[in-house]
Amino acid sequence: MTQPSQFTQRHLLGIQGLAPQEISALLDLSDQYVDKNRSADRKMNSLRGKTVINLFFENSTRTRTSFELAGKRLGADVINMQASASSVAKGETLIDTAMTLNAMHIDVLVVRHPDSGAVQLLSEKVNCAVINGGDGAHEHPTQALLDALTIRRRKGHLDGLMVAICGDVLHSRVARSNIHLLNTMGAQVRVVAPRTLLPAQADRLGVEVFHDMRQGLVGVDIVMMLRVQHERMRGNFIPSIREYFHFFGLDYEKLALAKPDALIMHPGPMNRGVEIDSDLADDVERSVIREQVEMGVAVRMACLDVLTANLARNKI
Amino acid sequence: MAPQIPGRIAYVNARLLDPVSRLDAPGGLLTEGETIIAMGADLFAGGLPADAEIIDCQGACLAPGLVDMRVQLREPGEEHKETLRSAGEAAVAGGVTSMVCLPNTTPIIDDVAAVEFVARRARKIGLAKVYPYAAATKRMEGQELAEIGMLAEAGALGFTDGTKALRNAQVMRRALAYAATFGVMILQHPEEPSLADGGVMNEGEMASRLGLAGIPPAAEIIMIERDIRLVAITGGRYHVSHVSTGEGVACIRQAKARGLPVTCDTAPPYFALNELAIGNYRTFAKLSPPLRTEMDRQAVVQGLKDGTIDAIASDHAPQDQDSKRLPFAQAECGGVGLETLLAIALELYHNGHLTLLEVIHRLSLAPARLLKLAAGSLQAGQAADFLIFDPEPAWRVNPETFRSKSKNSPFDGRPVQGKVLRTVVDGRTVYLADA
Repeated sequence: MTQPSQFTQRHLLGIQGLAPQEISALLDLSDQYVDKNRSADRKMNSLRGKTVINLFFENSTRTRTSFELAGKRLGADVINMQASASSVAKGETLIDTAMTLNAMHIDVLVVRHPDSGAVQLLSEKVNCAVINGGDGAHEHPTQALLDALTIRRRKGHLDGLMVAICGDVLHSRVARSNIHLLNTMGAQVRVVAPRTLLPAQADRLGVEVFHDMRQGLVGVDIVMMLRVQHERMRGNFIPSIREYFHFFGLDYEKLALAKPDALIMHPGPMNRGVEIDSDLADDVERSVIREQVEMGVAVRMACLDVLTANLARNKI
Repeated sequence: MAPQIPGRIAYVNARLLDPVSRLDAPGGLLTEGETIIAMGADLFAGGLPADAEIIDCQGACLAPGLVDMRVQLREPGEEHKETLRSAGEAAVAGGVTSMVCLPNTTPIIDDVAAVEFVARRARKIGLAKVYPYAAATKRMEGQELAEIGMLAEAGALGFTDGTKALRNAQVMRRALAYAATFGVMILQHPEEPSLADGGVMNEGEMASRLGLAGIPPAAEIIMIERDIRLVAITGGRYHVSHVSTGEGVACIRQAKARGLPVTCDTAPPYFALNELAIGNYRTFAKLSPPLRTEMDRQAVVQGLKDGTIDAIASDHAPQDQDSKRLPFAQAECGGVGLETLLAIALELYHNGHLTLLEVIHRLSLAPARLLKLAAGSLQAGQAADFLIFDPEPAWRVNPETFRSKSKNSPFDGRPVQGKVLRTVVDGRTVYLADA
């Protein structure tokens, strides 16, 4: 963890544009942190004296906690800023907030924002490293990395796998980051959704599009479910929860069409009975949803580690 | 009591009209039980089957039963205007063996239970087959999508807000996209409501003279043009109901030339009447869309000739006297049409616009294909749904003789030609004309 990484970027703003060896480098390092986290001696001090700020303009429990834990495991000082509690609520612009934080000599800024592109805008104004913790419907790179790590540890590789991403692709940054990562690493990606929940020209994103879940799941190695956002469930994009579950919810019957050893993933938080059958979500034989959460901490430790190292090297 | 399943019946001396094989020739047809088992010019050349009942058609036409893709049933909710039984009797008297009803009943057909109610009731009555459309949006309010996937599974043949246009472009876009997920079609009442608001007849000289508020043809054209653009971005299956304007027909013709999944139908009033039928405030001629000009009527005929207009539907809309005996502006829209559908459509044949086979095609096979119904064919293996008719006899439309509960025909008193002699549904004669 001391030698320079293949990942030489200053920020982690998205998966799009990363090279396969950059992704592999982050996953390899994450692997080491998984082992470390499982050991009794999981507290480190490699980031002692470094400051990480979680700047969240959107509600989040698991991503924020995961980053916080990752920073603390590495010995960094971690501060959480919830947008509603900060000066943002008083009308400060995004760039003013960035400049203010920048003046405090911090090392890593983890940002989540409801607007696509906001994290990149902010990254252009600060001297620290910026990690995109999710921006609008654009990217959520650490989620894609933790998904990839989960798959790689279970299947041994990413290339050649068939992955079906199912559900609300239209509004999903998780889907976009995963599509980029999986394509970059040589997996084949399908998206399965009603037409109202797919972005325009979805087929141009490097995926095969299915509107019938039964067809879309045939022969896949991985079934990645996306969260359906209840605020979109009121007849605008889809008529009702019961109709959605009937056609696009994952249950044992539909899963039977995937490969017998297909894994089920979900970025959380789950809506049980909306996009996924409750028993299936808890089925330890098939569901790796808990494992994804564990991988999340390791992936974020790797990202913090590499980005602070890159920052220090660039300063010299 | 379940109707008895018939044995073998041989229909001899018929003029067969089969749009599937484009057959128009003398011949015969053999049914067994509910199914056609043989049909052809030389079918009985080797002699009649000994075990079959023989029905001599005496040279009359034998054609697939008409498939009426736009009927308003008033049951449930307004049984004083029409019931499933009275509509069924009117249908078979008109040669209609399958009809598709709009969801604008009370309650509205926007859930699976309502779809199943219509199917179950119609089966029990056992006259014409009845299939429902379901509402495209919940309560037909034009805001939230109805459960299109589950309704399609339950048997809804298409999705429409009935006599109300899907006015919100975003909702229409999502309806088209969502319906395309399941391969089902959205049917539009093509009328921009804000332009039609307050109007009671076609806008123009006639309305100006009568002092009635007009509905401009642009209300129809704008909606069709808008929707075609939404079809282009969604790939959704789109059907324009009762097209009435020349420019509306032209828009659809262009969309079809571009290869878009757009189809349409029209109804007899729009190719047989124009706005002059309103005469001295005749409310039976108050329809929605309104009767248009003679130029529009001729363009609709041209659309039928060149195939731009796929199908002819009755647009059957029963209204009781209390709804029509009112000042023109206050009267309800619509006319009954099941019992005049064939005779008015035959005017296209008698006037030399279409062949007899083409008329039958527009009334049976064409709508059946749009609806993905196994109907409109005399081929062996098909359900024995057909009619025997004579295209020639002259009669005068007299609504008092209608089986429909409502008598509001815009063709009241019109001299027409062509008579239904016998209608057969699932091998059983369900209508037989008085000798």
